[in-house]
Amino acid sequence: MGQVTVRVPGALREFSGGERQVVVDVPAGDPSVAAVLDLLSRSHPALERRIRDETGALREHVNVFVGSDNVRDLDRLSTVIPAGAELIVLPAVSGG
Amino acid sequence: MSSYLLAIGTRKGLFLATSQDRKAWSIERAPLASDEVYAVGIDTRRATPRLLASSVSNHWGPSVAHSDDLGKSWQEPEQAPVRYPEWTGSALKRVWQLQPGRDSEPDVVWAGAEPGALFRSDDGGVSFELIDGLWNHPQRAKWMPGGGGLCLHTVLPHPTDPQRITVAVSTGGVYQTTDGGTSWSPSNQGIRADFRPGPAPEFGQCVHKVAMHPGAPDQLFAQNHGGVYRSDDGGRQWASIADGLPSDFGFPMVAHPHRPGSVYVFPLAGDFDRRPPEERARVYRTDDAGASWQPLSHGLPQEGFHPAVLRDSMCTDGGTPAGMYFGTRSGAVFASSDEGESWHELARYLPDVLSVRAAVLD
Repeated sequence: MGQVTVRVPGALREFSGGERQVVVDVPAGDPSVAAVLDLLSRSHPALERRIRDETGALREHVNVFVGSDNVRDLDRLSTVIPAGAELIVLPAVSGG
Repeated sequence: MSSYLLAIGTRKGLFLATSQDRKAWSIERAPLASDEVYAVGIDTRRATPRLLASSVSNHWGPSVAHSDDLGKSWQEPEQAPVRYPEWTGSALKRVWQLQPGRDSEPDVVWAGAEPGALFRSDDGGVSFELIDGLWNHPQRAKWMPGGGGLCLHTVLPHPTDPQRITVAVSTGGVYQTTDGGTSWSPSNQGIRADFRPGPAPEFGQCVHKVAMHPGAPDQLFAQNHGGVYRSDDGGRQWASIADGLPSDFGFPMVAHPHRPGSVYVFPLAGDFDRRPPEERARVYRTDDAGASWQPLSHGLPQEGFHPAVLRDSMCTDGGTPAGMYFGTRSGAVFASSDEGESWHELARYLPDVLSVRAAVLD
């Protein structure tokens, strides 16, 4: 077993009990971003559904970083999270 | 003494206006996120009316929230209240309609959703389930999104027969079920579709809004994307009632709450000039089921008025006499306490108005 820390942006902290981060327990080995979000959907469904839609797709104007790298520039939701790395959720520049 | 509530959904959140006399109003912004509010509902079947709001965040996606204290606080379930099942391969874009069900089914609330789907709640609008029968209709694959998206924007439960429901999709047209939602049939005969060649199709018309008076459920009125229609046989056949209007284009269609055969529209000049004709703000009402129309403009701007009124941005409060309301894309809201005979500006400088619903509160 391991743990991955998910950093929660201010706009979503009402869905994390006000916490700046949520720690997700993961199985042994380096999990993918999708696997961590799957686990997050069980513990914090109202938070997770603001990151992905019900098909599992990352919402268009949400960015997820593994460390400092945007997963859209890596292997998207299949990106593997190395041991010790954090998952950072941030709103993209969007809107009007 | 009665009080009145007007819920105003805008592109930047929900506003709630209250009044004791429908003349002086106080407006507060509801404590919801600054999201697009495409649909609002006021469910007066409960001891304390339940407010429902469909919101869409450009970042965080869509949701539906409810309030049991007249908008002071809002709740939504942990799980998504409206969620397309995995087997559909689709995801909710937004809820366009929140329609309380029949009085005899006080916990039923209907949601019209994008992409074109109908959902039903049996817990008062907290959580919803997809109506498979409509989703599986073979014609659905040929529905085309209108300018606003492939939206199911109208849900009209038959007032006495729980097996009958009418819905409208832009662009798919009017569909009806007579078996509680298991099977559906298009109901567009007589409605033209100027945006495609050939004779009027069985389905695919761009219907903008349909209205029905519960006292005359077989008489339906439709404002289409070009065309204003009435059906006297429950939707099987439609006939134009646009004569007497300055234009047959527009979005809202609102039934008078007490008089069958009386409906309201807000004409726009046309598909390619979506502004009020002659730059005048005018609501039109018929009191003879479309045989004639009367402009209602007393108190409304009569020069230099450019904004449109969207499909769910006009409503009645159901009071006596009927209060009427409409909101514009320029963020103004106009109100009438005498069935539209005279109007006053209730609000200005709001974000563009996407939806309004009103009710009389005891």
